[in-house]
Amino acid sequence: MPSPLLSASTLHKTYGSGASAFEALRGLDLDIAAGESVAITGKSGSGKSTLMHLLALLDRPTSGTITLDGTDTSRMSARHLNRTRNTTFGFVFQQFFLNAQASVLDNVTLPLRIAGVPRRERTARGLAALAQLELDDKADNRANDLSGGQKQRVVIARALINRPRVIFADEPTGNLDSATGGVVEDILFGLNRSHGISLVVVTHDDDLAARCDRSVHMRDGVIAVHEGVAA
Amino acid sequence: MRAVDVAGTAFRNAFRSRLRTTLTVVAIFIGAFTLSLTNGLGTGINRYIDDTVASVGVDDVLTVTKTDDSVPTEGPAEYDPDQIAADGPPGTTTTALTEDDLETVADVSGVLSVEPVKEVVTDYVRYDGGDRYQLGVAQFLPGMRTELAAGRQIDLDAPEPELVLPEGHVEPLGLGTPADAVGKTVELAVTDGTGEQVTTEATVVGVAEPGVLAMAGAIPNDVLTQTLYDLQSEGAPESRTSRYASASVTFDAAAGAEAQQALVDRLVDAGYTASTLEDQLGTITSVIDGIVLVLNGFAVIALVAAGIGIVNTLFMAVQERTREVGLMKAMGLSSARVFSLFSVEAVVIGLVGSAFGVVAAIGVGRLVGGVSANLLPDLPGLTLVAFDPVSVAVVVLGVMVIAFLAGTLPALRAARQDPISSLRYE
Repeated sequence: MPSPLLSASTLHKTYGSGASAFEALRGLDLDIAAGESVAITGKSGSGKSTLMHLLALLDRPTSGTITLDGTDTSRMSARHLNRTRNTTFGFVFQQFFLNAQASVLDNVTLPLRIAGVPRRERTARGLAALAQLELDDKADNRANDLSGGQKQRVVIARALINRPRVIFADEPTGNLDSATGGVVEDILFGLNRSHGISLVVVTHDDDLAARCDRSVHMRDGVIAVHEGVAA
Repeated sequence: MRAVDVAGTAFRNAFRSRLRTTLTVVAIFIGAFTLSLTNGLGTGINRYIDDTVASVGVDDVLTVTKTDDSVPTEGPAEYDPDQIAADGPPGTTTTALTEDDLETVADVSGVLSVEPVKEVVTDYVRYDGGDRYQLGVAQFLPGMRTELAAGRQIDLDAPEPELVLPEGHVEPLGLGTPADAVGKTVELAVTDGTGEQVTTEATVVGVAEPGVLAMAGAIPNDVLTQTLYDLQSEGAPESRTSRYASASVTFDAAAGAEAQQALVDRLVDAGYTASTLEDQLGTITSVIDGIVLVLNGFAVIALVAAGIGIVNTLFMAVQERTREVGLMKAMGLSSARVFSLFSVEAVVIGLVGSAFGVVAAIGVGRLVGGVSANLLPDLPGLTLVAFDPVSVAVVVLGVMVIAFLAGTLPALRAARQDPISSLRYE
């Protein structure tokens, strides 16, 4: 097996201190290979969101290490972390977090704007990403005028625009009816297969979890059940 | 994120909540408007005074009068046969300078020359046998300049008698336009010591625009002044002709302020009062500056209140955009950039408010300027509210600085936001 893209070892994460301290993760190990799709399931409070935040380098673990491409991320500067999130990761959230008044194109190109890409290139790449999701005719619409499924496709276009290596999806279909949810799932797994983008999906939805290469079920801050082909 | 994108995003963000931003802009507008207007008032009045300085005096001349010791602080003053009428409100008198006084002043070290101010009173001026008009005669010193409507400045040393006429006299005298008047010869009449009216002629070399402080009359050159003075002294007793209300003392202005003050002190020791034009105008200017300062103070208070409005507006914006900020930080936007996004937004609000405020103030200034010409016809050439680019720029920049400072608090809060807690939705 090739060295994993993302690797977590003996992760601990404690919120608060003293008597009110809450241990969200208690010594968790997880490897995610390039091009792999992994579902993280579990009840509320099982620590699955905490795990995703740590893997996405949005937060630092209390102890334990996360390596990205063999690099220990705890040694990265804040600037390096920002750049890594910007260029390596894509984010898809249950709530779309779109700027309702801005145009669809402006929403999609936000990561490029953050990266400091010139306007002309932003527009070209934004239109290309929208075309990939069959939304190029909506580029100038306001994000607010779209349907739920269209919005989630805009979010995926936004996650895709930096050509990320990993897409983190937190309940990507939670706000969608099953038909549009299915379409969104198809898009995500299509990207996973055709572009080799790793997928890390946090979900309650067992059907969605079953479509992933493997799924990890969390309970009380550790992995309780490991299912799937690559386990 | 590039600086241009930060600015563009901040600008768009500022107007996302239009009503709220507009209200804050209005508050800034009121402050900037008031500040610009009070500043403009100070600029206008002080500029008016400055402009007239050149026509009233020059910087290397002291006006010397005899110090009047006879005025008691209480009770009636004793009669002094040497007192003569002086410039100022009716009844103002001054102790006359005699030839002896002139010699004493000339002997004071630092005095380059002494010239008695010869009071010349003409009876009338006439052109080509036409109607006769009264004409005051102004005192003019080397280096003075007047605003001319036509012709040239007076040449004090010219061998032939010449004068600069005030513009108001040109048409009644039948001289036509100011340009026509130049080169014409007019007749001046004075009454001599024996009560007889005598006339002399002088060439008009220039026409002066209405000025402010003293230049209401015609400006003669030295030859003409001497001629007129000799004519009116003819047959007058010696005691009247050799007494002057004041004298002009020339000194070396290049020697600096200290040497000037030392000279003034020496003249005071000798029993004279000496003042430069700056001394005379300085009081007026500092009173105006004081008033403007107080008015500016009120405007700044309004601006500070408006600044608190910016704090409020931005705190609300930060609150509203919690998730957006969290998302952008998750996507790799640095805290410093988040800070600049919100502080630039504050500066944009300040810029828009102050720009509108300054423009409105300039507009109102123009309007008031038009009205003030009618309200204050005695002060021709006065622009009541004037704007110089520097003070306008200072107002705009100052407001932007206030806005930036107001924005720092909310911007800091936004910059410190934790992306995870911002994105939580359970």
